[in-house]
Amino acid sequence: MKPNDPGITWLEEKPLGLAERLYLPLFVQGLTTTSRHLVSKKNTVNFPEERPAVGNPLIYRGVHRLNRDDEGRVKCVACFLCATACPAHCIDIVATESPWEDREKYPESFQIDELRCIFCGMCEEACPVDAIELTSLLDLTGKSREEMIFDKEKLLSVYDMTKDAEPMKSADLGGTL
Amino acid sequence: MPTVIVDGQEIEIGADERLNCIEAARRAGVEIPHYCWHPGLSVVASCRMCLIQAGSRNAETGEISMIPKLVPGCQTPVKDGTVIVTDSDLVRDSRARVEEALLIDHPIDCPICDKAGECLLQDYHFEHGQSERRADIHAFTSRRRDVGPTVTLFVDRCIMCTRCVRFTREVSGTAELMVSARGAKEEIDTFPGFPLENKLAGNVVDLCPVGALGDKDFLYQQRVWFLKKSANVCGGCAAGCSIVTEHNQDTVYRLKPRENPHVNKWWICDEGRYGWHHLHDPSRLVEAGKRGADGFEAVEWADVVTRLRDDLKAAGRLAVAVSPHLTVEEAWMLCAVARSIDPEAFLALGYVPTTGDDESFPGGFTIRGEKAPNRVGVETVLGLFGAVADDGSVPGWNELLRQVQTDTIKAAWVTAGYPTPDGSWCDEQTAAAFASLDCLIVQDLFDSPLAARAQWRLPAAGFAERAGTWVNCGHHAQSFEQAIRPPAGVWPEGRLFWNMLGRQGLYDPSGVRQQIAESSAAFAALAGDLPNTGVDLRLQQLAAT
Ligand code: SF4
Ligand code: SF4
Ligand code: SF4
Ligand code: SF4
Ligand code: FES
Repeated sequence: MKPNDPGITWLEEKPLGLAERLYLPLFVQGLTTTSRHLVSKKNTVNFPEERPAVGNPLIYRGVHRLNRDDEGRVKCVACFLCATACPAHCIDIVATESPWEDREKYPESFQIDELRCIFCGMCEEACPVDAIELTSLLDLTGKSREEMIFDKEKLLSVYDMTKDAEPMKSADLGGTL
Repeated sequence: MPTVIVDGQEIEIGADERLNCIEAARRAGVEIPHYCWHPGLSVVASCRMCLIQAGSRNAETGEISMIPKLVPGCQTPVKDGTVIVTDSDLVRDSRARVEEALLIDHPIDCPICDKAGECLLQDYHFEHGQSERRADIHAFTSRRRDVGPTVTLFVDRCIMCTRCVRFTREVSGTAELMVSARGAKEEIDTFPGFPLENKLAGNVVDLCPVGALGDKDFLYQQRVWFLKKSANVCGGCAAGCSIVTEHNQDTVYRLKPRENPHVNKWWICDEGRYGWHHLHDPSRLVEAGKRGADGFEAVEWADVVTRLRDDLKAAGRLAVAVSPHLTVEEAWMLCAVARSIDPEAFLALGYVPTTGDDESFPGGFTIRGEKAPNRVGVETVLGLFGAVADDGSVPGWNELLRQVQTDTIKAAWVTAGYPTPDGSWCDEQTAAAFASLDCLIVQDLFDSPLAARAQWRLPAAGFAERAGTWVNCGHHAQSFEQAIRPPAGVWPEGRLFWNMLGRQGLYDPSGVRQQIAESSAAFAALAGDLPNTGVDLRLQQLAAT
């Protein structure tokens, strides 16, 4: 769209009124806000001694997990849709034929570079079988870059760790389960 | 000129062209969706996806009369005055119905289907289908059936277009596939005890418009939308089939045929199709080595450029084997380098592997017994450098072996690039012929008894790692692009020769091609931009004389 496009309506800035030009009313207004915050409830916490409260863990976008199906097998069908959707290109999957009768394809290896991830949640949204989810785990630390590349086992262990506190989201969020 | 009217648009077709409505409409830029029709197979008109309205215009009165029902575009030939309507409500509705019927018992497991992304059922449904599914009566099934050593069938994804069946009957002539049962229960199957096993079997996977036939070699390796496509030429035999190399991050995942009416039509053989695995073989040579006290010592390429020249100059009379795997450009530069080092250098065609006779199939496809892509091109280049015997023949590998055992030849430069990971193209006995030389340079993909004797062992590039021009056994020249980068540490031959010629900047194959085309009548046809189906060198020469 060009600046001279007929579809654009240009607005003029309103001239300053008397109160604005006097400066004092605005000054009072600002001071009021400051003093209100001085006495109101504090939201910052002394991390890591104190843990922040996560609002709704079902929609929080923290560390990933790979869900398991009823039989404890990785749910992922290695469709690469998450890797395709990922804007940070941090998901790396190697697919192969599954060893199970009822499944055709599964991920032989599944890696997420958590350092490269921007926690946008696109992978979760793309997944057709709700296999990948973002948990409410928010403090992610490691001593090396390699350690921050989570493989399939680690991602499954995140599921084991969080599955009780955070059930698979799909039921609440209209998923397929 | 016969005129055809497609959706109100008049187009002219050739006087003796025999087109059906799909082909005629394509000329007008109108795509008629179709499953069962393929230009290389017979017409069965069974899928009904291509239904359109057709009629004719009376040449005298200009009055148009339409056939009162829909007709299959694939089976309806056009002639002067044919009227084709593809955008009426009737046609649109019919397409939506066909799509709906196909999807009633389709598993729609696109996320795990290898065809997703290049599936006609997906594409046509997106374009012509309806967004709602009125029937949901089938449980998800995806039965799998092995039909042969390289191909697997996902039975429930099949839409019964019978392209694969017709291919095995009409093109490969082996007829392994059949339709078993009838009606709603019909399925593709093989005859008991006769698996799909022929030298063209892989083509049925390309032909399949949906994900029913899968290539075991490619199955689950990549999603197709990650693959980048480069127009290449197969180096498997002297036929030089046009192919598309599909790769991602410098790894080749599959080869597919590229339509070329002059060479391979729509097909390639399985040997070529799966003949890329050597590119990623871990035993490939990846560094330039000079023989030292104990084994080969790595040398920087910048030093290779100068030291090769010095070593060869010091040794004396030079013999060069120009490999039939080199491109015309590379062969030409190699000859130029050799002659600049030793103006009397003996130039010969390198070893040309052969495995018996050519093999032809009923559909007209031929697999050549000569297993190298550019013998004709190299011979023609050698002709330009005067390396021709008195009887007009070009000296070959045997003549070279004879020469290197005489006292005159002191150094040899053998370019190879043969895709045999065990290096078996040259046995110990043959290699012994080079024993008396002062300097032997071997440039190959893999170690071999010959490379083991070399003073200089240089790595070579594979077919997808070089750009240039190959001339097939029918004198048809095709230029192709570089698909992937060679492994780290490998300079493609062209780059080495370019630098040894003292040229500046990056190796520019098309620049060299122009130079060759300008300087020789035999290659005059290579001037300018070549069509991606290539040019016939002899035809152009005939035209010039
Ligand atoms: S959250 Fe976003 S950036 Fe991170 S892996 Fe998923 S899609 Fe990629
Ligand atoms: S989108 Fe889901 S099923 Fe597909 S590869 Fe990613 S995690 Fe696996
Ligand atoms: S054949 Fe096509 S529509 Fe059917 S599952 Fe495969 S990609 Fe999807
Ligand atoms: S397997 Fe593929 S090519 Fe063969 S009939 Fe079925 S859909 Fe057509
Ligand atoms: S393409 Fe015409 S009926 Fe199938």
